[in-house]
Amino acid sequence: MSRDTKGDYYPRDRQWQPPAHAPGYKTSVARSPSQPLLSLETTLSEATGPVFPPQDLGPLDNDLIRNFARGGDPVGERIILHGRVLDENARPVPDTLVEIWQANAGGRYRHRNDTYLAPVDPNFGGCGRTLTDAEGYYVFRTIKPGAYPWRNGTDSWRPAHIHVSVFGAAFAQRLVTQLYFEGDPLIPRCPIVQTLPDPEAVAQLVAALDMKAAVPFDCLAYKFDIVLRGRRSTYFENRPEGN
Amino acid sequence: MVQKLDYLKETPSQTAGPYVHIGLAPGAAGFSIFERELGWDIAGPNAAGDRIRVEGIVRDATGAPVKDVLLEIWQANAAGRYAHPEDPSGGAVEEGFRGWGRVISDFDTGLWSVETVKPGPVPGRAGALQAPHLNLWIVARGINIGLNTRMYFADEAEANETDPVLRMIEQAHRRETLIAPREESETGPVYRFDIRLQGADETVFFDI
Ligand SMILES: [Fe+3]
Repeated sequence: MSRDTKGDYYPRDRQWQPPAHAPGYKTSVARSPSQPLLSLETTLSEATGPVFPPQDLGPLDNDLIRNFARGGDPVGERIILHGRVLDENARPVPDTLVEIWQANAGGRYRHRNDTYLAPVDPNFGGCGRTLTDAEGYYVFRTIKPGAYPWRNGTDSWRPAHIHVSVFGAAFAQRLVTQLYFEGDPLIPRCPIVQTLPDPEAVAQLVAALDMKAAVPFDCLAYKFDIVLRGRRSTYFENRPEGN
Repeated sequence: MVQKLDYLKETPSQTAGPYVHIGLAPGAAGFSIFERELGWDIAGPNAAGDRIRVEGIVRDATGAPVKDVLLEIWQANAAGRYAHPEDPSGGAVEEGFRGWGRVISDFDTGLWSVETVKPGPVPGRAGALQAPHLNLWIVARGINIGLNTRMYFADEAEANETDPVLRMIEQAHRRETLIAPREESETGPVYRFDIRLQGADETVFFDI
């Protein structure tokens, strides 16, 4: 059998992922299952997932500086956000949908439920999407978001962050996360960041300043690689009877 | 010392937060940006099979509706085929059937509802057949990592009886949390699927 025969997805490392119940992040207390999750071996239902053809997307969808502009550019620090989507075996995940959303440079979201006093930017929507290429590479152009306060403690502030949603090749790989920015002093103070039990896991969410990808006299760049679950290779035929 | 295994670690999850709609359903956040928002066409008009509506409320430990939840549904078509190359059929499905949808709850009531077609049974492991089901993925503020569950159909009692996943649930009464009762409405059949995140009638969630 070839090395590429596809087997089960590796189980999630639940010691690396945040627990459902993380009391420092108060909303999680009433929204976390208390019974153990039932572990499933991969079936067709988990090994498949939605496929997005390029015609689902528009040409400006990955350019947040332009995709909502109303006659001007948004306020704030112009950045390129780029990286690769890989799996745990370090193989690229091609043609997969990456969606992002974020606050504007002042920390305000364009959302009917956001009441923070910082102003909405008339030229900034705050969302984008793209497909990875054959090497798993993606790129966005956007504005560096601002920090904002939120109700947890009375002095809780979110570090600057961009929300990221990735599909992968299968429903088993579905992931939503947030990326932070190198050097932000709010990162270690954030109760949502602190849901992660391992400091190395926090480091994996901090995008590095990437001067090699910056555009001189135009924008800075941050690099953020995303790792989705890998799956076993089956080297030998060894199937249970009846299959 | 031994050689280092060079596997990467999966990127850690973080909550989708209260403003998930901006990214995944901007119309609901209150603005229009993309020519087409994704996920509103799980089974287009040309999709074969029985048209159904599925609705429900996600409730927290106190019984209160979760009003900022987003759910994604992944399902086979009426013939039991997934629109994906790994399906044994190669993933060829009728035009207009995507099998994937996104739904958000009403900000005031927490009620969500989606229109689709009823899926057929799909292949399971080791030659077993799985009863018709929807695969669900749930994110919201306060949910640190997306929750996976399944919805089965109450009018498939015989198939549910032998479904390998339902049978794995040790406490038989908890299987009921995954089986949606069917009601008739003027516009056709409605399956009611309430999800309880925590508590006595907590929904069964999977580590898939
Ligand atoms: Fe946020």
